[in-house]
Amino acid sequence: MLKKLLIANRGEIAVRVIRAAQDLGIATVAVYSAADADALHVKIADEAVHIGPPAAKKSYLDMNALLEAARSTGCDSIHPGYGFLAENADFSDAVTATGLVFVGPSGRAIRLMGDKVSARSAAAAAGVPVVPGSAGRVESIEAARAVLEETGFPVMIKAAAGGGGRGIRIANSLDEFDQAFPQAQAEALAAFGDGGLYMEKVIGRARHIEVQILADGRDAVHCFERECSLQRRRQKVWEEAPSRALSDALRAELCASAVALAKAVSYSGAGTVEYLYDDAADRFYFIEMNTRIQVEHPVTEAITGIDLVAEMLRIAGGEPLRLSQGNIRVKGHAIEVRLNAEDPARDFAPFPGKVGDLRIPGGPGVRFDSMLYSGYDVPPFYDSLLAKLIVHGETREAAIARLVRALRELEIAGMKTTKPLFLALAADPAVLAGDVHTRWLEGWLTDNAAALAG
Amino acid sequence: MTQILSPLPGTFYRSAAPGQPPLKADGDDVAVGDVIGLIEVMKSFHEVRAEVAGTAIAFLIDNEDPVMAGAPLADLG
Repeated sequence: MLKKLLIANRGEIAVRVIRAAQDLGIATVAVYSAADADALHVKIADEAVHIGPPAAKKSYLDMNALLEAARSTGCDSIHPGYGFLAENADFSDAVTATGLVFVGPSGRAIRLMGDKVSARSAAAAAGVPVVPGSAGRVESIEAARAVLEETGFPVMIKAAAGGGGRGIRIANSLDEFDQAFPQAQAEALAAFGDGGLYMEKVIGRARHIEVQILADGRDAVHCFERECSLQRRRQKVWEEAPSRALSDALRAELCASAVALAKAVSYSGAGTVEYLYDDAADRFYFIEMNTRIQVEHPVTEAITGIDLVAEMLRIAGGEPLRLSQGNIRVKGHAIEVRLNAEDPARDFAPFPGKVGDLRIPGGPGVRFDSMLYSGYDVPPFYDSLLAKLIVHGETREAAIARLVRALRELEIAGMKTTKPLFLALAADPAVLAGDVHTRWLEGWLTDNAAALAG
Repeated sequence: MTQILSPLPGTFYRSAAPGQPPLKADGDDVAVGDVIGLIEVMKSFHEVRAEVAGTAIAFLIDNEDPVMAGAPLADLG
């Protein structure tokens, strides 16, 4: 078992990891930038180390500062959370080279899955269906044109080093393609230092469905799926589990494919295999694997009763996987919504500021993961995520009713948040029917801009 | 002499993208509407435009420095 853990992150995920560690009797060390001296993760950790100025590049992304903080406080391990250095293979390697445990997969696994082209190849090799497209990187526009015969239009041109919705262009015709391809190459080179591109067919109407994995380097299990089709600018805003779109047979096939991929790459830790699900064709396609704990992990925790972060810590401490597949069962339905410091009435403009009165919802089936407290000054330097509201009910309908009830209880005075968006979505017939896809919310926002502004 | 104030709290950038030259060099003249820098607020980027014209802009803070809303970014002659 790990003895002392440095949490190389901030915000709600740092709070979440500290809680899991403390529940297991692991001592915790928080790190903080000059802008986060009063942050909740600093207050609740056993110790805290100041690592630099507000800019993330000079603090939460500064590997040397983090390693020095771990060394000076006698930590034996580092948890990266999500974002920042969580999927940085060099950081995983550097932590390991220092003699510490990285709570996550090896640099090798992160590299394999972080490069979208090698991930796609690994998935195909493990028998996981991939979206029709290029077999690997496309080196020239001539080679790219040949791939178009397989994909047709519209086609996506993606940066091999991209991810999280960045580095993607869509072409609807050959003319558009000829123009977009060199631009995408230049952009990828500028943004990621790697001009490598690959191509995928655009699946017109698809759901985003992902499978939660736990693995110990030898064995792997899945904790079923989450559906995250409600997205704005390719960022998830509402996640739920299970997905009502899947038949039991297809769910079993989907989850088994994620386990096969995890085993094929000797994966260790928590991970998520992401897919597009095409309702009309009743088929799923691999899109990428995220080699970290994800923002929406509590949805899975709610339906399975598993503490995913605690399991990550146990695996990193050298314990073999405690869970066998037959013991992981789904109970009820869970929904998470992301309360961001954004004003839905003003096109989701960021809204840093001071929290006044804070009223947190409670009662059965309600969980609130957050770094907020009354009087907390939300700094402008980082992500806008303030809190995640997770509700659980016997059925999807019960979960939605509970979501509305909990949102009405919630009060974050002094801040503009995305709460009004979720109250509106929870009353929308398409959302109630689960009749949505990954581009549905963008259209809905255009149609409902006036209502949100009012 | 006038000052350009930061419209938002966040991180101030003097160029449009990393590695690019600054949008305005110290000593440049500024016309109304010129973009003099960017403010990053919670990962979203906002242009800072000059609301008045002036000569010989002199920046008061460095690239990537944190700023508060209303803080002076530059002097204009």
